[in-house]
Amino acid sequence: MKGQRIKEKALEVIFALCASLSIFTTIGVIAVLLFESIAFFREIPISRFLTETQWTPLFAEKHFGIIVLASATFLTTAIAMAVALPFGLMAAVYMSEYASERARRIIKPSIEVLAGIPTVVYGYFALLFVTPLLKKLIPSISGFNALSAGIVMGIMIIPTVASLSEDALYAVPRSLREGAYALGASTRQVVTGIVIPAASSGILASFILGVARALGETMIVAIAAGQTPRLTLNPLVPVETMTAYIVQVSLGDVPTGSPEFRTIFAVGLTLFIMNLAFDLLSYHLARRQRRYRL
Amino acid sequence: MKGKWLDETFRAFAFFSTLIGILVLCLLLADVLKDGLPRLSWKFITSFPSRRAEEAGILPALVGSAMLLVLTALFAFPVGVAAGIYLEEYAPDNPFTRFIELNIANLAGVPSIIYGLLGLEIFVRAMRGITGGRSILSGALTMALLVLPVIIVSSREAIRAVPKSIREAGYALGATKWQVVRDQVLPVAMPGILTGTILALSRAIGESAPLITIGALTFIAFLPPLSLKALQSPFTVLPIQIFNWVSRPQEAFQANAAAAIIVLLLLLLSMNAAAIYLRNRFQQRLE
Repeated sequence: MKGQRIKEKALEVIFALCASLSIFTTIGVIAVLLFESIAFFREIPISRFLTETQWTPLFAEKHFGIIVLASATFLTTAIAMAVALPFGLMAAVYMSEYASERARRIIKPSIEVLAGIPTVVYGYFALLFVTPLLKKLIPSISGFNALSAGIVMGIMIIPTVASLSEDALYAVPRSLREGAYALGASTRQVVTGIVIPAASSGILASFILGVARALGETMIVAIAAGQTPRLTLNPLVPVETMTAYIVQVSLGDVPTGSPEFRTIFAVGLTLFIMNLAFDLLSYHLARRQRRYRL
Repeated sequence: MKGKWLDETFRAFAFFSTLIGILVLCLLLADVLKDGLPRLSWKFITSFPSRRAEEAGILPALVGSAMLLVLTALFAFPVGVAAGIYLEEYAPDNPFTRFIELNIANLAGVPSIIYGLLGLEIFVRAMRGITGGRSILSGALTMALLVLPVIIVSSREAIRAVPKSIREAGYALGATKWQVVRDQVLPVAMPGILTGTILALSRAIGESAPLITIGALTFIAFLPPLSLKALQSPFTVLPIQIFNWVSRPQEAFQANAAAAIIVLLLLLLSMNAAAIYLRNRFQQRLE
């Protein structure tokens, strides 16, 4: 009997340890990024990291302006969201306001398929299908560019925006819609005048979660946007995002432990902080939406 | 009358938005099949990479992906299910539990390449003695951390779906908590847990960024030995092989990339089919 009780308790402790592994992982991520970044900032002052306007850590004359990589990340992210927000939101509107229950059950999983395609496949598509297509429309576009990578990334993010927005639209009380319909409004007027404003927190949450995904997306930009650090908002030329830089250094033969190598942790830390900020904001907005539902 | 026209345009645009994803998917598949199918052959699957595109194959990448899949499952499945059991069946409703839950939700949103930096520092460098550095073991451990949040969340959902009455019947017969979990809850929840695990693993199979960061190679001209040493050997996986080929300017290599993508997508498709099959069986059983 006593052996039984010890076994029960031991199992509970093991299960609890497995659950707390998530805390250790978080601590591990933060510790690794901070530890290596602090070592990096001892050699390269953080003021140079934040104010320089060139990014050339692998050259003889070194500059460490993170703004160069961050601007490329923002550029590709902005293009991606310009694609994902309208299409994702309108897909959500169709599913929640127009489609029959049966149609909804077919449409929703087929949109989700997009989220399951490996990003390296999207990268292939961006580089070898979308870019040649864009070249026919804009002859001056480079073989590597932010536009093609951003568009494809936006398509990848449509399911994220559509799924969360749909939850938010669906949660708007029926009675609000019926009040407007009773006044003779069309579905379009109900959607734009009532449902979307009432669900705005949830829609914003889905948008911001999409931004967080786009910031951290790696393979599409590494393949299709190029590896040329450049401070520009021109979507037609090669750029290098923060994630693409980490890939470039990882593939190269920079010795581990050198300041050049440590840059990837400083870049990683910057990415982690930006991503966390957007994730927390999205979480907060989604909670506000849920409160509204009650 | 103008309002009517606007209404119809709005509806049409909404409908088009649901289609655009599927449209792009079809374009993508058509493009990959057109470029890759002519290159796909048994020889392509059983050959090593080569500097000559026509002779190159995906054997080491395929073996690497398979090993990574098995090892990741071996690490992530027991830990994920145990964590799920704890959070659903044991955990008291206190701030610590809520902290763990918040943590898991946050981890699911951390970019995969950040996991790569974690794996590089912990598994490749700090634990070099055990993992052998840039090895498949380091890769699998990194991937396990990456998919763990997904496995925990789906395990919890499956466990929560088990009716309370089943547990109470067990307790009424004098079973202990663990006995109820082992004999009543887990057998009913298992198909749901497996579905979630397969879907999580199919994400791992398609990932490349964290593996590039921990130093998976792009050119492997040998297979790992058939011993425990294999765990410590360098490796490559399908997505990385694809990345390597797609980055080359020659068209012949890009055709290789397309052919490898077909293999990767078939692999994912069969994993998803298995997951859907399990889910359907699960639903029938509960009804």
